[in-house]
Amino acid sequence: MALLELENVVASYGAIEVLHGISLAVDQGSVVAMLGANGAGKTTTLRAISGRVKVYGVIRFDGRVISGLAAEDVARRGIAHVPEGRGTLAQLTVLENLQMGACLRRDGAGVKKDLDRVYEYFPWMPGRLSQPAALLSGGEQQMLAIARALMMRPRLLLLDEPSLGLAPTVLRSIFQIIGKINEEEGVTILLVEQNAKTALRVADRAYVLEVGEIAVSGSGADLAQNESVRRSYLGY
Amino acid sequence: MATDLFLVASVQGVIQQVVFGLATGGLYASLALALVLIYRAMETLNFAQGEMATFTTFIAFSLLVYLHLPYWLVFPATVVIAVLGGIAVERVIIRPVERAPVITLVLVTLGLFAIFNGLSGLIWGYVVRPFPSPFPTTPVFIGGVGISYQDLGLIGVSTAVLVLIWLFFARTKVGLMMRSAALYPESSRLLGVRVGWMLALGWGLAAGVGAVSGMLVAPITVLDPNLMQSVLLYAFVAAVLGGIDSPVGAVVGGLVVGVLLALVGTYIPNVQDLRLVFGFLVIIVVLIVKPGGLFGREHVERV
Amino acid sequence: MISNERAFAWGASIFVVLIALLAPLAALGKFQTLEFAYVWAFAIAIVGVNLLTGYCGQISLGNSAFMAVGGYTTAIVVTRLGWSPLATIPLAAVLSAIGGVLLGIPALKLRGLYLGLATFALALSTPSLIRHFDNLTGGSQGIYITGAGKDPFGLVEAGQLTSEQWLYYLAFVFFVLFFLFYRALLKSDVGRAFRSIRDGETVAVANGISLRYYKTLAFAISALMAGVAGSLDAMATSYVGPDSFDATIALALIVGAAIGGLGTLAGPIVGALFTVWSPIYAQVIFKGRPDIAYGVLLILIMYLMPQGVIGGIGRLLGLRRGVRERMVAVPSTPFGPVTAGVDDEH
Repeated sequence: MALLELENVVASYGAIEVLHGISLAVDQGSVVAMLGANGAGKTTTLRAISGRVKVYGVIRFDGRVISGLAAEDVARRGIAHVPEGRGTLAQLTVLENLQMGACLRRDGAGVKKDLDRVYEYFPWMPGRLSQPAALLSGGEQQMLAIARALMMRPRLLLLDEPSLGLAPTVLRSIFQIIGKINEEEGVTILLVEQNAKTALRVADRAYVLEVGEIAVSGSGADLAQNESVRRSYLGY
Repeated sequence: MATDLFLVASVQGVIQQVVFGLATGGLYASLALALVLIYRAMETLNFAQGEMATFTTFIAFSLLVYLHLPYWLVFPATVVIAVLGGIAVERVIIRPVERAPVITLVLVTLGLFAIFNGLSGLIWGYVVRPFPSPFPTTPVFIGGVGISYQDLGLIGVSTAVLVLIWLFFARTKVGLMMRSAALYPESSRLLGVRVGWMLALGWGLAAGVGAVSGMLVAPITVLDPNLMQSVLLYAFVAAVLGGIDSPVGAVVGGLVVGVLLALVGTYIPNVQDLRLVFGFLVIIVVLIVKPGGLFGREHVERV
Repeated sequence: MISNERAFAWGASIFVVLIALLAPLAALGKFQTLEFAYVWAFAIAIVGVNLLTGYCGQISLGNSAFMAVGGYTTAIVVTRLGWSPLATIPLAAVLSAIGGVLLGIPALKLRGLYLGLATFALALSTPSLIRHFDNLTGGSQGIYITGAGKDPFGLVEAGQLTSEQWLYYLAFVFFVLFFLFYRALLKSDVGRAFRSIRDGETVAVANGISLRYYKTLAFAISALMAGVAGSLDAMATSYVGPDSFDATIALALIVGAAIGGLGTLAGPIVGALFTVWSPIYAQVIFKGRPDIAYGVLLILIMYLMPQGVIGGIGRLLGLRRGVRERMVAVPSTPFGPVTAGVDDEH
């Protein structure tokens, strides 16, 4: 049984239907990429999962239905969503951002351990803890957002366009870290990306969305090698 | 003319007025802080803040006079009751309109104003009553200047309340969650924060601070249902002066308003009844010159 | 072909006018006639508030100050200069309009809640100002206006009309005149400019609309109406005092406007009815403390019909009342966008 299942999910913004019946599955411990052009509905799919958009259809997490739950309740079930734009708590300091990630947790020792691990991933953080998060660069804010999500000790991590606005070197290190998080911590990852090439390098499985529907799905390796898929859907 | 004024005003007198101004300023600062807390949480002013404070002061009165409980017990008990009451008001009355436009919220708080004022009158009547003060009325002489214990006590309690609130927001986990929920509700939801309850807690704290303010004001004037109305006015002025979304600003604004009113009232003749006009002018000038107030952020207009 | 909506509006208007004209002669006693005189006077003031806040988007809580200008102008000029009350109305109108322009100057720089606060401060300080200039205003004692209920045509003296009826018809006639003016204004370019400012100042400026001109105009017109209303109110009461037009009145105006329906044409009438009659009925509902009934009523109306009574009825009947006109992207109201699942981070 997959960790996350979407069955025929329809989502709308007001009168405009954006997702026309999406079905997908994310296995425990895997990295799944959702690809496709702008406006295809990738971000909406993540928002549907994290409870920020009204949905019809069923979304199951760990066997239990979560569609229809409020966003804060979905988060409490162990799903961390790093939204488009990163959701940086700009006026709060770097440390406060991380503390907010851990705000629901009661295990002080565990939180401290996780903080240390986060500092291992992102060695620049300990030196900037008391700086307002707004002063960080784009790449640093992205890393902070991921770190904050990690502080939630989530079972599923939803990442919306982590590559947006990042320089190539930063991009590479972020995706390396994404890979490490999955391998070393066992966090399941659902990744939305426009940069298909980079995403397919880390993905076990991928879905391609087009105009609110799933056009293609398959293993990451297959899709990366399939020339016609790449050219028609992924732009390279 | 101006020089005559300065000759008449002795240093001693000025110090006394400044201390008095700081004391009343502490009152305005407390209530202004309550206003700012709610403003930060929902971008609206709670017009009923003063009436809620009056209501809780009446509760304190009943505990003291009818149940004969000692003051050191009644004070914290009233604050607790006020906090719970504020949470209840938010969850029951404000929640249905949490996301409504400003004008709707303003009207709902006006409705609350009428209800609380009416309840105070209904339960306790319009008889004017004295409220006991925990401080003795004898003066203390510091460096030859006579200052009343009352004034010192006011300053002390106000300071303590404000420091506690500051500590709560800056140093506790719940305080951090509240700040985050007020500034970034959507992102906070994604982190699992129940934003609605954070809002309720904000109302609770504001009500608690208001209760303190009420219990400090009541001994100075008399306890009747219109107790906090003029305090509320000056608290508005203080909040605007300091920055409607800045807690620090509320405190500084309150103290400045208190001191200015005391000095102006004493040393400039014939303007006693123009104090409110003075408040109006302060508000207008501040809002034009620096709408964010001394410490606040400029209000960003969403297009 | 007249559409259903226009037919309904015409029919309702004619019905209301007929009832309004006949009621004092046929059905109403003296007390009720006078109360309805207040209703029409307040309706004028609320039309002004509706124009300024509901159609132009400026949250102004200071119109009670202009009512005071109007009321005191009438009182002072009648008692000191011996003018007939009717003749003081144009003077009150002009003076209030000037006041409105003066308020408009600093108000240009303020928006939203801040504007509301500043204008509220004006309303709060009005009684103090009145008390201070006691040579002119009679200070705390106020001014008693003798002969306020007499008309210049001698009808009251001749017994053809009671003074209550005279005041009623005077107020009603002025209301009808102002209502027609307001309706015409809203249909004109000015009205369009107002609405455009309400719906988004940046866009309005981009379309070449002068904020300074139109906002000042809105303030002036609404102040003028408040002044006339204050004048009529003073006549009906035969007295003005420093607390006659205090902050409670300022709040009552905005409450009435919102309850009737901000940004609706007929809202002010309902609003005025509410403002004048609800304290009286609240007394009936809850003899002990009418405040409580009033407050509960206010909150319930905001829950159930936040667009006010007229706005709510409009929605129920599905009348095309601007809801469909504004269905572009995020629907907006005068006081901010309605959050509809849209991110509200800064």
